[in-house]
Amino acid sequence: MTTRTLAVVSAGLSDPSSTRLLADRLTAATVEALRARGEDATVEVVELRGHARDLADNLTSGFANGSLQTAIDTVVGADALIAVTPVFSASYSGLFKTFFDVLDKDALTGKPVLLGATAGTPRHSLVVEHAMRPLFAYLRAVVVPTGVFAAAEDWAGGGVDRSLAGRVERAAGELAGLVSGRPVATRPADPFADPTTSFEELLKGR
Amino acid sequence: MQFGIFTVGDVTPDPTTGRAPTEAERVKSLIAIALKAEEVGLDVFAQGQHHNPPFVVSSPTTTLGYIAAKTEKLVLSTSTTLITTTDPVKIAEDFATLQHVADGRVDLMMGRGNTGPVYPWFGKDIRDGIPLAVENYQLLRRLWREDVVNWEGQFRTPLQGFTSTPRPLDGVPPFVWHGSIRSPQIAEQAAYYGDGFFHNHIFWPPEHTERMVEFYRRRFEHYGHGSADQAIVGLGGQVFMRKNSQDAVREFRPYFDKAPVYGGGPSLEEFTSQTPLTVGSPEQVIERTLGFRDYVGDYQRQLFLIDHAGLPLKTVLEQLDILGEEVVPVLRREFAALKPAHVPDAPTHASLVAAAGGGHDSTVHAADDVTGRTVETAAQA
Repeated sequence: MTTRTLAVVSAGLSDPSSTRLLADRLTAATVEALRARGEDATVEVVELRGHARDLADNLTSGFANGSLQTAIDTVVGADALIAVTPVFSASYSGLFKTFFDVLDKDALTGKPVLLGATAGTPRHSLVVEHAMRPLFAYLRAVVVPTGVFAAAEDWAGGGVDRSLAGRVERAAGELAGLVSGRPVATRPADPFADPTTSFEELLKGR
Repeated sequence: MQFGIFTVGDVTPDPTTGRAPTEAERVKSLIAIALKAEEVGLDVFAQGQHHNPPFVVSSPTTTLGYIAAKTEKLVLSTSTTLITTTDPVKIAEDFATLQHVADGRVDLMMGRGNTGPVYPWFGKDIRDGIPLAVENYQLLRRLWREDVVNWEGQFRTPLQGFTSTPRPLDGVPPFVWHGSIRSPQIAEQAAYYGDGFFHNHIFWPPEHTERMVEFYRRRFEHYGHGSADQAIVGLGGQVFMRKNSQDAVREFRPYFDKAPVYGGGPSLEEFTSQTPLTVGSPEQVIERTLGFRDYVGDYQRQLFLIDHAGLPLKTVLEQLDILGEEVVPVLRREFAALKPAHVPDAPTHASLVAAAGGGHDSTVHAADDVTGRTVETAAQA
């Protein structure tokens, strides 16, 4: 049985946060969907709140400290990523964006990603489409068609919640479908490997 | 092993007084610092090149030429020479001239410069940084090694029958280092030519420097210049010292907290634990510096940054006294005791002349436009 690594990035700030709650539901559903396809999964959760100062430091110093680097390596090396943010001022939170700002621009190329967002009001329900998708398109990640948005009322139970559960399941199924059958994730190319272009070639015509 | 200082030549207000030196004061302070470096027994003074405020180092060989005249032993170097935006012809001329002025006490460190807006001022584009460094440096090497150069490239007007004058002292071009923080291509360039590689080192975690240096060493060996541990490596370092480490921390903290390169980020304590910055007693600096060898191997040049962040000249000169009296003599002894015999020292003009089988005058005399006769052929006739 193949074992997949599932990285989960949650930018929720309270504990427990509805963002983490949504992330957990997406994660559980994805693990379940992978199992149904005959694959196992290891889950690694990165709570960005724990790296708030690390991220600010990275912006000024230009490098990630040890703790942040571990989180980055977890996300970059995973087979798939579930990324969930609360909505702040009609978009992803600054903390969420900062994490993706400090990644190498090629770090998520081709990575299967499931996006989720939470907010106090359903009026932000398109935030996954108008804010998160462009960011991950820039990063050349492969984002599943269903993004999962949950407003306060989605947690209230009853009919609405059942529709959230349906969206979670559909999105998780899409992510599991993307992941299963792919080769297991490999580390990005080592920049310090012997160059593929010889220096003589660089010098040609000079 | 060579020990020295490198400066970026910034004009920064002293955060404890709010006063910024004038450009005149700063230019003179660079000279005072260089002269002091020789006085306290250091080997190298390197200065940066910038073409925008808050820097005063747009014309490095002017300052270095003056320092050359006032010193006897100090090797004059750069940190860095902008190989991307400076015409290689001008670099060839300026530094060959400086070689003659300074009796060979000259080398250079090539750098690209990371400020986008500077490039267009010189007709260049930062996106071409690596190709510019590759093309310009290849041309620079030819200008120093070939009396007459015919050349055509991508970034500069072609040269037909061009002779860069004066020719290098004793027919031997200055040794060249290549500085880069994160571009393996530049380490590759240094390795390809068998030139030195310098890692700035000071604003980065040691693991980062280790990987770059390891790559350079491996490629140096690949290109057949010697074994990996014979590659020529230089490192930056950054120290602030007082007899008691608590005094050093107390005095340096306001400079750290407000300096443009540090302020607002990790605390002084975090930064000293994550990077090579050492703020403490001379003994702590000795121990930390000796530790650099653990991850880059035996290396040839250690330069310290000591005059930035608005530190007053008086303080910088005191730091040089401590370096010269208490730190460098110990480092010199300890590093020398550790270094195996097959690891070379940093090349100097004397060692390069010896390697070339002795110096020779390489003056190129003008040819008569019409007859093609030169002073030499006329004398023979």
